[in-house]
Amino acid sequence: MRRNLLALPRPGMHWLPVWRRNFLVWRKLAIPSILGNLADPLIYMFGLGYGLGGMLPAVQGVDYVRFLAAGIIVASTMNAATFEALYSAFSRMHVQKTWEAILNTPLSLDHVVTGELVWAASKSLLAGGAILLVVGCLGLASWPLAAWIVPVVFLTGLAFAALGLIVCALAPSYDFFMYYFTLFITPMLLVSGVFFPTEQLPAALQAAAFWLPLAHAIQLARPLLLGQVPDAIGLHLAALTIMAGVSFCIAVALTRRRLLA
Amino acid sequence: MAALIANHALNPAGGGPALEVVALGKSYAGQAVVAGIDFAVPTGTCFGLLGPNGAGKTTTLRCCLGLTIPDSGTIRLAGRAVPADAGAARARVGVVPQFDNLDPDFTAHENLTVYGRYFGIGEAAMRARIPELLDFAGLTGKEHAPIQSLSGGMKRRLTLARALVNDPDIVFLDEPTTGLDPQARHLIWDRLKRLIALGKTLILTTHFMDEAERLCDRLAILDHGRLIAEGAPRELIRRHIEPQVVEVFGEAVANWAQTHEQLGERMEMAGDTAFFYCRDAAPLLAVLAGETALRFVHRAASLEDVFLKLTGRDLRD
Repeated sequence: MRRNLLALPRPGMHWLPVWRRNFLVWRKLAIPSILGNLADPLIYMFGLGYGLGGMLPAVQGVDYVRFLAAGIIVASTMNAATFEALYSAFSRMHVQKTWEAILNTPLSLDHVVTGELVWAASKSLLAGGAILLVVGCLGLASWPLAAWIVPVVFLTGLAFAALGLIVCALAPSYDFFMYYFTLFITPMLLVSGVFFPTEQLPAALQAAAFWLPLAHAIQLARPLLLGQVPDAIGLHLAALTIMAGVSFCIAVALTRRRLLA
Repeated sequence: MAALIANHALNPAGGGPALEVVALGKSYAGQAVVAGIDFAVPTGTCFGLLGPNGAGKTTTLRCCLGLTIPDSGTIRLAGRAVPADAGAARARVGVVPQFDNLDPDFTAHENLTVYGRYFGIGEAAMRARIPELLDFAGLTGKEHAPIQSLSGGMKRRLTLARALVNDPDIVFLDEPTTGLDPQARHLIWDRLKRLIALGKTLILTTHFMDEAERLCDRLAILDHGRLIAEGAPRELIRRHIEPQVVEVFGEAVANWAQTHEQLGERMEMAGDTAFFYCRDAAPLLAVLAGETALRFVHRAASLEDVFLKLTGRDLRD
């Protein structure tokens, strides 16, 4: 019977009603939610980009604010997906028992977790997309290549949503999420090249960054924003896809163990 | 009503029982929570699963719905093997869970619409049936009320309405009236009787013996993961317990009861009350008539007496 818990996810298309349920809740709070998603990253971008950037020479050949913009886009994508897959999904799973209600219908847990995955990625797409839009309006993006950041953002969102759902499946309470932020998200923010080029880091940390999804997302988003075709596109896309896929399978297995055992 | 919650539940499982459980077993950490139980619920009947807290009721229900994977045994629900085909089985089933899990961010109407989608029911079809569902639940006019504004009884009724969005053949109810005031409880009972009259199969757990006696055609009493008694409520009372009960209370009743034990077939002390179970209570009542320091109640034996006899009076949690 353990085999059942470890079987590959079978998402089908029945996850869509789960996604739509979350969308309907979000729609009621859309304006404050979008403003919330925008405010924090933009404060960082303007504060650091113009404040700190004013004291810096060009970074990798561009103004610091243009360098930073791509980092802020993917970092806020990561944050949005992570918050949704941690706090919001945990509320629905553990506090409100929304998942329990859904599981009494023909839908399976795989459908629920898939719905949450795609929903968290959708929300992160909105967060990353909104920043991209602002960056574009400020004339910091080179179109049309910069538009390819949109799918990159979505894939990044899927990877972080899947990772977040693993943590959600393991969490005894909200407090648990602090560990994930302090031990994983924050260090990753600093070694993946969001605020400064990874070349500034010791070789060991640069090597470590190879295993972090955020680093791959930045390697794709930064050149695209500057109007360049990224190097090793296949490698970065594959890394993000594999991280998303493997994390999702683990998240589904752990959630099944938590709720169906 | 007839069009919506239709009387077509007579034959959901192709003639077989609505639910059939054979040799069901489930252990957690080596501890058997359900230790090999068998029961069947004929289509169109109301079946009650009784038992003290921790007896295995919720685990049994979860297994039946395919939400917990059993260690052993076979389950057929609505003609489908569970857990293998649980999704298809649940398509014919409605569930009223023990704790309300309505969506707090939605109105009553939105709760039903969104829940209908999980069954693949389209927006237009749902819009057409929601007024009838709300009417059935006594919630007409509350379509757009936020969930937080509803009372406990209203939430329970909305949960019942939600369990009916797919016009199920079988409805599971886990302690449907726990925490409700008497008015709300009677309203729920009335609605459940209507569902029974429409030919639906009801499977419920409860701690209220009067509820079980009132609603259920058959009952099973579960304790320590085993079925220790099964039958119609009247039959269980007849089979397991003396027909009359005299409860005696007052000061020093314990000593008095000890010395008069032979006046009943069985005597039990619980707190400062002595329970005498009698085939004929007349001799005991004659003696009690002369005891001015004692008060007593003479009544017919009930399901609760059976339950306490079979599962004991000790607290379980």
